[in-house]
Amino acid sequence: MIAPLSYYLILSAVLFSIGVVGVLVRRNPLVMFMSIELMLNAANLTFVAFSRYFNTIQGQIVVFFILTIAAAEVVVGLAIIVSIFRSKATIDVDQVASLKG
Amino acid sequence: MAPAQVDFVPLIPTIVVTVTALAVLLLGLWLRGEQGIWLAAVSIAGLVAALVFLLGLAGPAVSERRAAFDGMIVADNLSTFFGAVALVIAILTILLSEHVLLIERFSQGEYYALVLLTTVGMLVLTAATDLIVLILGLEILSISLYVLTGFARGRLGSEEAALKYFLLGAFALGFLVYGSALVYGATGTTTFGQIANVLRAPGASSPLLLIGLGLLLVGFGFKLSFVPFHMWTPDVYEGAPSAVTGFMAVGTKAAVFGSLLRILTEAFPALRAEWAAVLWLLAILTMILGNFAAIAQRNVKRMLAYSSIAQAGYIVLAVIAADPLGRAGVMFYVLAYTFMNLGAFAVVVAVADRGDVGTTLDHYVGLARRSPILALAMGVFMLSLAGVPPTAGFMAKLFVFTAAVRAGYVDLAIIGVLTSAVATFYYLRVIVAMYMSAPAEEPAPAPALRVPGPLLALLVIALVATFGLGIFPAVTGDLVGGTLALAK
Repeated sequence: MIAPLSYYLILSAVLFSIGVVGVLVRRNPLVMFMSIELMLNAANLTFVAFSRYFNTIQGQIVVFFILTIAAAEVVVGLAIIVSIFRSKATIDVDQVASLKG
Repeated sequence: MAPAQVDFVPLIPTIVVTVTALAVLLLGLWLRGEQGIWLAAVSIAGLVAALVFLLGLAGPAVSERRAAFDGMIVADNLSTFFGAVALVIAILTILLSEHVLLIERFSQGEYYALVLLTTVGMLVLTAATDLIVLILGLEILSISLYVLTGFARGRLGSEEAALKYFLLGAFALGFLVYGSALVYGATGTTTFGQIANVLRAPGASSPLLLIGLGLLLVGFGFKLSFVPFHMWTPDVYEGAPSAVTGFMAVGTKAAVFGSLLRILTEAFPALRAEWAAVLWLLAILTMILGNFAAIAQRNVKRMLAYSSIAQAGYIVLAVIAADPLGRAGVMFYVLAYTFMNLGAFAVVVAVADRGDVGTTLDHYVGLARRSPILALAMGVFMLSLAGVPPTAGFMAKLFVFTAAVRAGYVDLAIIGVLTSAVATFYYLRVIVAMYMSAPAEEPAPAPALRVPGPLLALLVIALVATFGLGIFPAVTGDLVGGTLALAK
């Protein structure tokens, strides 16, 4: 038995919402970044589910691109976080606030 | 199924810039210190070559559309114009940075390569006619900029700015990607033209589609720093090295506005009422908050950050109009903004000391005596940003307000004019500081500022363009189709 499309859409909407809330309430950049990954993967799940539903390959190919982009973001993001940790010995975003605003 | 149509010709400028970036990255291993000037020369040569290809490709028939890769990218009026602007911005940025890289001891090969790769992102973004290519271009642009923002390694402000920019940029990416997924779900395609075709059918609009469009607009709102998605902008602009701030302010605006204009008019013309309503609200918030927040700033870089938020609000007026005049308005405004804002940042770079110290208004007090050229140039750029004739800024504002009124958005035009009046206050304050305030009590008069050659070249280009576009707006000619429509 195949689960209907709506199951996947609801699951991905929930995942996306968890990601958004995570970015907004958590203060550790690593956790915030994990929440962003959750948002991207929710979108990936949506693409794959629709791709299966339409019976076309297009949506699944998009997912490959998004995975690659996410990997590139991880590389740059972690480098920035490590570099801040070296000069500040903390990465809490509330303490990394020398710029007012 | 027919084999995919592969046409590399529209990609030639992008390929040229990419190859130049890789070459510069490699050459940077050998050429260090003073020799770095050769890296700048190679980068500029590559960018000029790309510009020649781009304009040559467009040829006499600028408005002719040439789709490639199964309609995933195009070469047309819009991509040629914004691509050319992106290449010019990159050339000017290299002139702006050359001297900074030396005194800050930045790694030059990597810096120029990142500037070039950001430009690649802009070229891809403005040519994209498919959601996935759009996201790809936007990320090539953004990821390179995250690194450039944090380029002053060890300076906490720069690292902090990079972190904020990165987190908020990635957050925006999440919205864009999820929005694209929902649009794909509602229409069954990711190509702009086909989305428009599907939506042309009656009753094609669905909640799924509207949520998708809304999320896309949120993503664009972050990238273009519309209020209320602007919180990152002042911090990032202040923390990033000044040359990078100038680049990012004009570069992302040019490319992302080009892309926003394309996606709204090519993929979602059927939903014009919906997106115009959203942008209407964003434009009002952006114009009002951007201008009023700028008044409170003592730091010139921060002031320019809020000013860039406000300027984005004016450009949106023309996007909402979405007719040929509005299109021309977006193009002209972006072009004018490029020169006047990069010019202003050239002065900021020249005035600041090593480590970007010296960007507050106090450092501009008495600038007219220390360096008459810089003070004069800054004065002109400030007046142009404020929209005083006969500068480019005035013509640009005239354009977008006319477009808004013609399209029936008189309310927006009125708010625009009123907030422009408010803006005059903080722009003029810089001029007052430079010319009319005496330094409090200075033990020894500050030494005269020496302006390095490339920076001087940039200032001259920006000044000529600011006056040129202000007095002869028609020089933009066919590229800004409809420029002359204003005169009628």
